[in-house]
Amino acid sequence: MKKKMRVLWLSAIACNGNTHSFLNYPYMEQFLDDFEFIYHPVIDSEYSLEDIVSKEITCDILLIEGAISKEFKRADVSVVDIIEKYSKIVQKIVTVGTCATFGGIFRESGYEETSGLHFDKEEPLKTHKDLLDKTISVSGCPVHPEVLVNTLYAIKKSAALKLDNFLRPKEFYAYTVHNGCTRNEYFEYKVDNHRFGELEGCMFYDHGCQAPFTHGSCNKILWNEVNSKTRAGVPCMGCTEPTFPRQNLFSTKKNMAIPENLPVGVGKRVYLTLAGISKAFKIDRLEKKLIDD
Amino acid sequence: MLDKKQLKKEQIIQTALELFASKGFYSTTIPDIALSLKMSVGNMYNYFKSKDTLAIEIIKYISAYLGEKLKEINEQEISTKEKTRKIVEIYFKTASLKPEMIDYFLRIYLSNREVFKESCEGMLCVNEFVTEIMIYFEEGVKCGDLREQDFFSAFGLFMGYLGGMVFLKGENVLPKDLNDYVDDITFNIYKALSAE
Ligand code: SF4
Ligand code: SF4
Repeated sequence: MKKKMRVLWLSAIACNGNTHSFLNYPYMEQFLDDFEFIYHPVIDSEYSLEDIVSKEITCDILLIEGAISKEFKRADVSVVDIIEKYSKIVQKIVTVGTCATFGGIFRESGYEETSGLHFDKEEPLKTHKDLLDKTISVSGCPVHPEVLVNTLYAIKKSAALKLDNFLRPKEFYAYTVHNGCTRNEYFEYKVDNHRFGELEGCMFYDHGCQAPFTHGSCNKILWNEVNSKTRAGVPCMGCTEPTFPRQNLFSTKKNMAIPENLPVGVGKRVYLTLAGISKAFKIDRLEKKLIDD
Repeated sequence: MLDKKQLKKEQIIQTALELFASKGFYSTTIPDIALSLKMSVGNMYNYFKSKDTLAIEIIKYISAYLGEKLKEINEQEISTKEKTRKIVEIYFKTASLKPEMIDYFLRIYLSNREVFKESCEGMLCVNEFVTEIMIYFEEGVKCGDLREQDFFSAFGLFMGYLGGMVFLKGENVLPKDLNDYVDDITFNIYKALSAE
């Protein structure tokens, strides 16, 4: 029998959303042929949480889900101590989801100095610096199951993953979510007559779509292999970014009608000039409904 | 360095502007402009294919000229109130030094829309100028000096006021020199736009 990689899934301050997302991975059987959980909060595993904290069980990859705080305990042991113990023996650490990576929604609650493993929002932390070389971050609220699984396979195959400044594999996080959205044509011509759930219109101008400055593969690797938020007609909320969650997710912050956040790498002057030009076009096809008119 | 052709183009634009201002847009012909420049009419057409093309080039030229001045103001590290004052000043200065420019904008561009319909849809031909005004507003709101509101209502307030003053001056009804109004007008515009 080929050797399975041994994985510890440690839940810190979490809602288990990443676990739920992971359970939707369509090829789970295959995955469990190649990896085994020495412990997982909802999947049957060989050891109990007590075993994990009291003994030192051999393990190849440590997955951390949820935000981290010294004060937070699992089986009566601080999660930071559990992380430190296992980080010494594993090959790689993966921060799964935005909470484990940046602090996410739990950091916002203000519980006892909560943050991600290496970042407090965008701020790099001084703690756990010795683990930087081992860590890969797969952010997202929740993480896309294929991004997680494919990262684990890359580790298994010892493939060299190029990481961005937040330790995220560029393979999945170098694009923006805007890339591959079916509404790009509406964005180009500044047609914003969007209504939630309809096929027409771009959500950048009025409905808070953060995809043009959010790094992720959501429109390239579809959710449940069929869809994405923006394709379905709901704005991207920027869940893979250190700034997540921000307030008023369904409205676009504007200053005198100009969106405050512009697409990555586009200067304000250039954006306004281009927008001015494209606004001059009136394309009937894009102003109308596509179906059921 | 501007090449020869570009220089000649600007000369034509300047002369045309002056003639349009003194004789009116419709009564000025391409031969009139050529005569003024001591050019042959045939040669004129090498630069501008028609009076309408010339008209469009002129408005783009004015927009680029004013846009460049506003960009310099926008790039300074000064308060929105000071920027407002500088914009008023530059607009009035242009109206005094190059009255034909502002005149063209007010009397020809805004009132002969049919000439500009084809290739100047929306704000296309005045893009440089409008972009800088947008940046002035955007930065003002962002730093908390100006109130968030619809762009066009703010734009109309600002430009309508300035245009109106220059118009009154052109009609010789202003008792004082334009520059004497800079303080009051800055105060009024800023007060109307400000967040306080
Ligand atoms: S809806 Fe969002 S992702 Fe889609 S085109 Fe508009 S800005 Fe881009
Ligand atoms: S579309 Fe945006 S908010 Fe939704 S999952 Fe992807 S990155 Fe997160």
